[in-house]
Amino acid sequence: MKITFKTNQITCYHCGDKTVAEPVVVDAHEFCCEGCSRVYQIISSNNLCDYYLIQNSPGLKVPLLSGKFNYLDDAQVKQRLIDFTDEQITKVTFFIPIMHCSSCIWLLEHLYKLDEAVVNSRVNFLKKHLTVTYKNKESSLRKMVELLASIGYEPAINLNDIETEGRKSADRKLIYRIGVAAFCFGNIMLISFPEYFGLDAFTKSAFSRFFGYLNMALSVPVFFYSASDYFTTAFKGLQKRHIGIDVPLALGIFVLFVRSSYEVISHTGIGYFDTHAGLVFFLLIGKWFQQKTFDTLSFERDYKSYFPVAVTTVKDGNEETMPVTNLTIGHRIIIKNNELIPADSILVQGEANIDFSFVTGETSPLPKVPGEVIYAGGKQLGSTIELEVVKKVSQSYLTQLWNNEQFTKDNASPIQSFQQVVSRYFTFGLLLVAFGSAIWWLIVNPSLALNAFTSVLIIACPCALALSSPFALGTAMRILGKFKFYLKSPEVVEQIAEIDTMVFDKTGTITQPAESSITYLGELLYDEEKTWISSLVKHSVHPLSKKIKNYLGERPHLPTSNFTEFNGRGVEGKVVGNKIRIGSYAYIFPMHEPMGFSGENPDVLATRVYIELNGKVPGYFQIKHSYRNGLKKVLALFNLKYNLYLLSGDNESERSRLTEYFGDSDRLFFRQSPLEKLQFIERLQNEGKRVLMVGDGLNDAGALKAGNVGISVTENTAHFAPASDVIMDASMFEKLPAFIQLSRNTLRVIHWSFVISLLYNVVGLSFAVQGTLSPLIAAILMPLSSVTVIGFTTVATTIFAKNGGLK
Amino acid sequence: MSVMYILIGCSLFLALCALGAFIWIVKSGQMDDDYTPSIRILFDDLKSKPESTGDTKP
Repeated sequence: MKITFKTNQITCYHCGDKTVAEPVVVDAHEFCCEGCSRVYQIISSNNLCDYYLIQNSPGLKVPLLSGKFNYLDDAQVKQRLIDFTDEQITKVTFFIPIMHCSSCIWLLEHLYKLDEAVVNSRVNFLKKHLTVTYKNKESSLRKMVELLASIGYEPAINLNDIETEGRKSADRKLIYRIGVAAFCFGNIMLISFPEYFGLDAFTKSAFSRFFGYLNMALSVPVFFYSASDYFTTAFKGLQKRHIGIDVPLALGIFVLFVRSSYEVISHTGIGYFDTHAGLVFFLLIGKWFQQKTFDTLSFERDYKSYFPVAVTTVKDGNEETMPVTNLTIGHRIIIKNNELIPADSILVQGEANIDFSFVTGETSPLPKVPGEVIYAGGKQLGSTIELEVVKKVSQSYLTQLWNNEQFTKDNASPIQSFQQVVSRYFTFGLLLVAFGSAIWWLIVNPSLALNAFTSVLIIACPCALALSSPFALGTAMRILGKFKFYLKSPEVVEQIAEIDTMVFDKTGTITQPAESSITYLGELLYDEEKTWISSLVKHSVHPLSKKIKNYLGERPHLPTSNFTEFNGRGVEGKVVGNKIRIGSYAYIFPMHEPMGFSGENPDVLATRVYIELNGKVPGYFQIKHSYRNGLKKVLALFNLKYNLYLLSGDNESERSRLTEYFGDSDRLFFRQSPLEKLQFIERLQNEGKRVLMVGDGLNDAGALKAGNVGISVTENTAHFAPASDVIMDASMFEKLPAFIQLSRNTLRVIHWSFVISLLYNVVGLSFAVQGTLSPLIAAILMPLSSVTVIGFTTVATTIFAKNGGLK
Repeated sequence: MSVMYILIGCSLFLALCALGAFIWIVKSGQMDDDYTPSIRILFDDLKSKPESTGDTKP
């Protein structure tokens, strides 16, 4: 989240960042860097300065790139990415995760002003898609991507796009089915009105028969088109000897249609066509409500979504771009600043400083020396390095996780939903009543037997029951979505309600990213003293030195002599004749006992870096590394109801502190590899536990997948989250207990609404078994019960959410 | 009363037109994005003269 300060601080006209002491000035606007001013010049020279009028500082920083997109000239890559192409034009859709405001839409839709080759460009903001049509003769896919990158909107193209062929087209079938059902339902109702009011003039005349046939004609598309899915799923279920809610539904729809048609053809009545069409319409609405998805989020991401498509290789001194899928052992690869290492490799030359935040969630980069193995998934920060590949991309330490059977098997949830359990009993009960009343009437009055039998099947058709789950779960999912707790599908609500064990990852999940806060505590430093410190730490590659340097801001560099770095302890040197030492407590005060952490706030884990200027220690820098807000409260609440575990890839340094939080030292596991995490979850499940996994990095991906529910915590939902059932914005961590409570309450709402729908069924059945179910009663009961259940579930779920603090 | 046949025929025909329009709208993708057009409509047309400044017409 960006915080804007109302000060006189000059901000960059393009990206809104604070400008440095000497900003780049173009056309009387200040820019923070060369990149931003360059984008401004592109935009202004094309007369597109409206971009800056729609929103203040809408732009994005542009890193300098060259040759990065050469792989887009590859025919195979092109073919996978392009939607449509002919001799003249090519149409391609890009995913641009960084588009964020109306200015972005404006600029992206005026691409034709920047490049004449662009025929048309259209944004779908919710999906963050840009569809560009360009002329083949004047441009190419690579040029298009370079154009977008040059103005700060680099499309996200990754291995996944290349490996999977074609994009899924939107499924609109359900919408058509609903449209047809609505049309028929409305017209049948209209035509049935005379019957509802018992107008003799109509019912006794030729109109009655005409209306009957008309209704029948209107019901045909409902039966054969709109409702067809119910028959196929019910049939498939029966083949697998599995009775779901679809079986009684299909039975009801079938009996309704057949009996009504019989009545009309035999002139014995006008049938229940209105009930039939209404039933199908409501059911489809329920299905549609349940289908809600969060377009911009992808819940199926694996490492391929983050890995680059191509990498630069060196052979006999020649650089060459190669698709990463072709990388094999022995290849030499070149990794530049901010590029990802695609396969486990040995560092051959260069200064490696690897950021493993994709993998572990830990943001402090790790320095590596030549000869060390660097695992795939790390990002190089700093200078260019050369590596030798030792494992194939798919066989690396991290990526081999995806070869585990958890990722290949069909992921059917082991927990049966309430609806599945109920509908089995319901179906048997229904058949029992239907046959019972048929047999009874066969004995008493055989002419009514068939009537009673079919009436039971019609009236007991569990429409309301079928609607309760979709509406309750769908409402809960929408509410949770408002609080940045995004579910993959509504069914996840039910699975969350059923869990009894929770497993947390540490770094990045219950801790905040280490980039957090750095403060200086102690005597005030003079500006020149700050400059000395800045000049000294500039020579050090330690991450803490970099943080201190950033904290001190842009400063002139003074000559430094006698610089010495004591690995992991501190640095010393002379800046313009002043002796300066910077480092840990033990380094600065070697005679004293080591000091503990600050005791004021138990949620704060701080690292302190002391400074010594000419033999005096004026103070220290404190770098906070803290647990998430409210972690203590959240875990205390969970501890009452759930078994809590912690799985961390880190060392045990925080064991004692975390024992306080988790209550039991035996529940904390450190130094866990990604595969061990996955196996730990499986072990719990074998003990009959239903496990919720909360994690963040790709190293948790296996555990997230294996858990009954996997929640991935992410700082930015648009950027990064491994495959999981739920993607949660990290800022909402405090509300986790409320989310879980809402899920449990939603399940209770479903139970209650089941009782309500059963009551309606009992009333209807009392008519049906007597053989006195008139079309009018059916036509009233069915929509009434459906509407009651829809209303009850949505209102009750919303009230629960409000009471739970989700408002 | 035979006018009823014509009236019902008319009403059915009109309703069918509405259904057809609905299917056509969905098919043409107008329902796929219900957010971007609401922003797009607020953009002003590009000014024809390059030297004109930031005045925007409502």
